Amino acid sequence: MPVIMDAARISRTLTRIAHEIVERNRGVDDLAFVGIRTRGVPIAQRLSALLRDITAHAVPTGSLDITMYRDDLMRNTVGPQPLVRRTEIDFSIDGRRILLADDVLFTGRTIRAALDALIDFGRPRSIQLVVLVDRGHRELPIKADYVGKNVPTSLQHVVQVHLQEVDGVDEVRLEENGARP
Amino acid sequence: MTTTRTRLGGTHLLDIESLSPEEIALILETADAMKEIGTRPIKKVPALRGTTVVNLFFEPSTRTRTSFEIAEKRLSADTLSIAAATSSVAKGETLVDTARNLEAMAPDVIVIRHPSSGACHLLAQVCQAHVINAGDGMHEHPTQALLDAYTIREHKGGLAGLKVAIIGDLLHSRVLRSNLALLTTLGAEVWVAGPATLIPRGLDRYGARSTTSVDEAVEGADVVMLLRIQLERMRGLFIPSLREYFELFGMTRERLALAQPEALVMHPGPLNRGVEIASDVADGPQSVILEQVTNGVAVRMAVLYLLAGGVGAD
Repeated sequence: MPVIMDAARISRTLTRIAHEIVERNRGVDDLAFVGIRTRGVPIAQRLSALLRDITAHAVPTGSLDITMYRDDLMRNTVGPQPLVRRTEIDFSIDGRRILLADDVLFTGRTIRAALDALIDFGRPRSIQLVVLVDRGHRELPIKADYVGKNVPTSLQHVVQVHLQEVDGVDEVRLEENGARP
Repeated sequence: MTTTRTRLGGTHLLDIESLSPEEIALILETADAMKEIGTRPIKKVPALRGTTVVNLFFEPSTRTRTSFEIAEKRLSADTLSIAAATSSVAKGETLVDTARNLEAMAPDVIVIRHPSSGACHLLAQVCQAHVINAGDGMHEHPTQALLDAYTIREHKGGLAGLKVAIIGDLLHSRVLRSNLALLTTLGAEVWVAGPATLIPRGLDRYGARSTTSVDEAVEGADVVMLLRIQLERMRGLFIPSLREYFELFGMTRERLALAQPEALVMHPGPLNRGVEIASDVADGPQSVILEQVTNGVAVRMAVLYLLAGGVGAD
């Protein structure tokens, strides 16, 4: 199982994305991060800290649990049940430019659920998508605005993102022949 | 760290006694996420879209029925509520026949309140649907106990080591039975107090201490929970008068002063002011009675979701 991104690479990548965000949005006015639980949350927090270092402005950051918006919630009658966790967005998203952060972009279904969930909180001016890894195989018309690394994969591959805050280590692994859960 | 995933073992929620400590923790933790939904501008998530929930109420209820209905609607379930007085039950249909006929219309969840203890168990045997007990006779009222535990946990951080005094009509109370099972499982020290005629036998089975002295039960308590005097269930003379009951057992400011200064005052409702609780205590700063109602919606959302939804793979 090869490591395709190590800690240093992840750190450089997030720094690069932070600069791209500042460049493309011409500053950080009205920006806010929303991380998708679980691993989108530390990504959003790290980017928020990087933007503060770059621009000396704090960018509000929240976390979003999308479990109850999933389109497969009622379809599989067997299998584990994801724990529902708290959504914490303690600022108004109305009129803001929201940067939605997740670790891996795959079928796009998680992002679809996140967009639905986010719209229930208000009417943002825009939503942009940030992902650490884009592994392809989209099943919905969704694309990311900021991509850490494009990784060509087959459906048998499993991309595992580990982050310090959740897993105790920063690395991205590409594993062969993992059956899709 | 892998994400914690777990679900309720059973397909019904009939009583607290069948829940493991892990399942109780899961319900309370899920309720935490559900409570946030009630604070949003759009208080609705699509988790139970396409799920049909029947609320079958054979006893009058405002709080519990409304609470279940709001919980169901916030999860996007399709709901209908049947009150016994306006149904075929009034024409002599039995519970099992009513259930079989409902079953033929394929509901996913049946929430039942019934004056007979064990009615929900009977229903669970004849129905494919998930059955949730919303109070059966003098047996159990599990979602009430869960919301009580949730409310205590919210204020006190946990239940282990707390002294909880439960005072009132213990004999007829399903809330008491569910709470004894739940609070002792979570490590609280439970004292119950009431007139000798209203203390049922067998409470020591739960490890609860019983007394006829309210002062003894309230002394140093972290939580003071009052139970309603259920005149409608009393077939016989249990107390001389409501006024005498209030004199001897009613929760007044003076009696409450024996508890911890930060003690919570709880009541499952409906309140009989001036019987089991004085008005100034019910409306006082230590009262969390209305918070219990708010939390009831979150806890019922959690139970509905864990039983009827949330079977997706990651």
